Amino acid sequence: MTSIKKPLVDKHLRKNRHGLTQRDYEGVASTLCAGCGHDSITAAFVRAFHELDLEPHRAAKVSGIGCSSKTTAYFLGQSSGINTVHGRMPSVATGAAAVNPDLHYIGVSGDGDSLSIGLGQFAHAIRRNLNMLYVIENNGVYGLTKGQFSASADIGTRAKYGEVNEQTPIDPVRLALTLGATFVARSFSGDKEQLVPLIKAGLMHRGFAVIDVVSPCVTFNDHAGSTKSYAHTYKYYHPVIHADFVPEEKEITADYADGEAITIPMHNGGDVILRKTDTSHDPRDRDAAFDLLKNLEGSEIPTGLIYIDESRPEMGEMNHLPDTPLNAINHSKLCPGSATLKQLMDGYA
Amino acid sequence: MNVQTQTRSAGSTAVKINDFVIKIGNVNGTGSASANGLLMKSIFRMGVPVVGKNMFPSNIQGLPTWYEIRVSKDGWTARSGDVDLMVAMNLESYEQDLKAVSPGGALLYDSTWPRPKLHGREDITVIGVPLAKMTNSEFANARTRVLMKNMAYVGAVAALTGIDMAVIQSLVEDTFKAKPKLIEPNMNALMLGHDYITQNYEALPLRVEPMDETKDCILIEGNDAAALGCVYAGATFGAWYPITPSTSLMDGFKNHCQKLRVDPESGKNNYCIIQAEDELSAIGMVIGANWNGARSFTPTSGPGISLMSEFIGFAYYAEVPAVIFDIQRVGPSTGMPTRTQQGDILLAAYASHGDTKHIVLFPADPKECFELSVDAFDAAERYQTPVFVLSDLDIGMNEWMVPRFEWDDSRQPDRGKVLHADDLEKIEKFYRYFDHDGDGIPYRTIPGEHPKGAYFTRGSGHNKFGGYTEDSAAYQEVLDRILQKWKKAADHLPGPVIQKAAEPTRRAILTVGGCDAAVREAIARMALEGLHFNYLRVKAFPFHSGIEAFIAEHDTVFVVEQNRDGQLRQLLINETAAEKKQLVSILDYSGMPADTGLIARMITSHCQAEG
Ligand SMILES: Cc1ncc(C[n+]2csc(CCOP(=O)(O)OP(=O)(O)O)c2C)c(N)n1
Ligand code: SF4
Ligand SMILES: [Mg+2]
Repeated sequence: MTSIKKPLVDKHLRKNRHGLTQRDYEGVASTLCAGCGHDSITAAFVRAFHELDLEPHRAAKVSGIGCSSKTTAYFLGQSSGINTVHGRMPSVATGAAAVNPDLHYIGVSGDGDSLSIGLGQFAHAIRRNLNMLYVIENNGVYGLTKGQFSASADIGTRAKYGEVNEQTPIDPVRLALTLGATFVARSFSGDKEQLVPLIKAGLMHRGFAVIDVVSPCVTFNDHAGSTKSYAHTYKYYHPVIHADFVPEEKEITADYADGEAITIPMHNGGDVILRKTDTSHDPRDRDAAFDLLKNLEGSEIPTGLIYIDESRPEMGEMNHLPDTPLNAINHSKLCPGSATLKQLMDGYA
Repeated sequence: MNVQTQTRSAGSTAVKINDFVIKIGNVNGTGSASANGLLMKSIFRMGVPVVGKNMFPSNIQGLPTWYEIRVSKDGWTARSGDVDLMVAMNLESYEQDLKAVSPGGALLYDSTWPRPKLHGREDITVIGVPLAKMTNSEFANARTRVLMKNMAYVGAVAALTGIDMAVIQSLVEDTFKAKPKLIEPNMNALMLGHDYITQNYEALPLRVEPMDETKDCILIEGNDAAALGCVYAGATFGAWYPITPSTSLMDGFKNHCQKLRVDPESGKNNYCIIQAEDELSAIGMVIGANWNGARSFTPTSGPGISLMSEFIGFAYYAEVPAVIFDIQRVGPSTGMPTRTQQGDILLAAYASHGDTKHIVLFPADPKECFELSVDAFDAAERYQTPVFVLSDLDIGMNEWMVPRFEWDDSRQPDRGKVLHADDLEKIEKFYRYFDHDGDGIPYRTIPGEHPKGAYFTRGSGHNKFGGYTEDSAAYQEVLDRILQKWKKAADHLPGPVIQKAAEPTRRAILTVGGCDAAVREAIARMALEGLHFNYLRVKAFPFHSGIEAFIAEHDTVFVVEQNRDGQLRQLLINETAAEKKQLVSILDYSGMPADTGLIARMITSHCQAEG
């Protein structure tokens, strides 16, 4: 519960540019089951935002309903957040971003939240290229309602009490690609080294950045026969492209062998350095992204930054929004006044 | 002469000057709306009070549509219940239209084709004009012929009722300012109809004579007026999903914003409109924008409110402002989408699951649409809650004659209790749901303005500090405060409009919204018969204390409304001390704009039965 006191802050923790330690990026204590994948993702958020020097109050957390959606309370305790209704977070984020594009929007959702009840809003946020980071904590089940299959359950996967899913799964990665998402990644809650830089890159991306994170539900979907268990994911997990995010003011120091690394300058500052860990996949090539997913289908779970396009306009640009956010424009500029009204009235006479 | 002879009924020679009704029956999709609007506006330009009601089908082409023009020297704006001149252009509805003509009235039809039941009535004047024949020989293009036939009947009606052709000409010139080539053919068509009448018929005993009663007035649709209200209120964000009859509200907002809200230097928009994928999304966007401190709204109709319900409860409980325009249409379900009703009163008052009560404002005409939409943004932010503006198709989509709108430049928006960066600097700690002032209204902050203002918004159980809770007492404390806040709003929202009868009476009529004009006229008519009523019109929910007091002063209060279940009456019984037997329902849920004659008849017969 929220009243649980945290252990004392370690004074020796590294402070970032704002004088904040990682602890300052935590939220209230998690109330999820011990070992839940979602908690590992929360930890990755904490690390990523601290390392990114994010000013907490300039971030806004948005989520739907589910164990996953609860987690926005467990990180960035100094940021505002809005825990909306089931499956409808994208619309709230859309309105919020339209009137203040200057905040960093961090969305957390579940596979039920995004792929069942919220499939429509998820799809339309992609079409609008809403400028936000959108993380699906994907466990193949509805955790909070106790273990029903979700729309991401694979064919043949076995539920805790034996039922086998025969319906085709909705893969958020392929769906997002099809709908024209401009940043599509997959990761695993158990691989922070991959996930943390992806979160950073996704947040700095201009447009809709979706990261599908396989995040096992230890209570309802971590048994033998489940394709979203820790064991299964570790076994078939296949990092394809590693994405490092290097902020603007830092130099790129790591050694990359010639031809191995691709540098993508980010519209909002900084660079993404892509390192191919295996295939020759180029994440700037959308067709190649589809091929990659198809080629590994049924055998491996390809992870990493699968597709990126920094060139597409995001929602605010498409709507010709002004430099001053709409929520900060003075009323005198918005209200046309009595003289104009008089003139307008003549048009109705 | 190739026409039917004019059959004038006996005993109908009394000339009606500036006090009659013209009804036009047509087929939809023939472009008759602009011709009908022209006819109505020409009467307005002659200084004569007038109103036009469009009764159209939910269809793009081919079904019957009517337009009713009420000319009223006394300025009544409701439907009177009579039809003095019927322009029967639609063969399909011809029989029905013939029946609708009041005794002593007249019917104009297109005599290009014979009408089998033409002489169905002896008590009216029948006028045949070969409209199609004339326009077909004048114009070559098929679409032009259809459009010009409409202009030709306008010309004929003008000749029959004495409408000034110079006024019509100047209107045509205004209308086609951008396409001057169209002025001549339109004038030609008008003159075809006009000259045919002057050459073949006498004018009818229905006269439009110039007055000076419209110079302080305008003709405007409620949705356009509400849209203008949104602009003046400083709304910057609107989200919507198209639905009749609310669509023209967002069209209006866009239109006004394109003229008034594009930054002259940067060319950027100081507004944002998003066409959402559905109404659930539209209200979600509005909540997101309001949460971030921008005034935002969504226009919709009943089916949209049904879809929005979950989010409306969220905004209520998490105390996020939102302005929702419900332009009511006929329900339940898809109902009759292009017909009017007041069927969402209870829905709006209590929308969403759990204990929820909302603020609802009820405009009676377009002027009030403008004014109450500005008030709605103030109330939404003052009380940090969703506010409904409950309009309807009749108000929203018909052009009403109303006084010109005014704006007080000293009026500042009431943004409610918001702590900005400088306020937050001064305080120790901010708690979102804490009743600091004891008035039930907490303080809110705008995300991103200041680190101290950060807070977590949730629709799940929360305590007064904003933390998650499942503790009964902590939950109840917040829920009770929200109720107090709502109750206290009652006497600060627009109060009821009360009109006392000329003579003392224990009888009253109470109504809401667009019934106002018909009820006030019915009261005047019944007073002539010796029946007197005090009158009250509700402008807001929660009910002002004056409403309960007014009801208490009467033995019988007739509650006039446009729905089957007497929803306003139910709400009064639920929320005031009114006795059930005191409140008598007078209901018209036909889907048509309120009809003075019908209301007067229903109330009169009830009073006669009572003795
Ligand atoms: C309108 C509505 N219907 C149903 C529910 C019940 N419900 C709560 S969470 C949930 C499923 C969550 O699944 P998912 O998004 O995958 O999150 P997880 O708990 O697995 O992280 C459901 C069905 C609800 N809260 N609201
Ligand atoms: S039920 Fe599953 S998803 Fe929910 S907290 Fe427990 S382990 Fe995590
Ligand atoms: Mg899930």
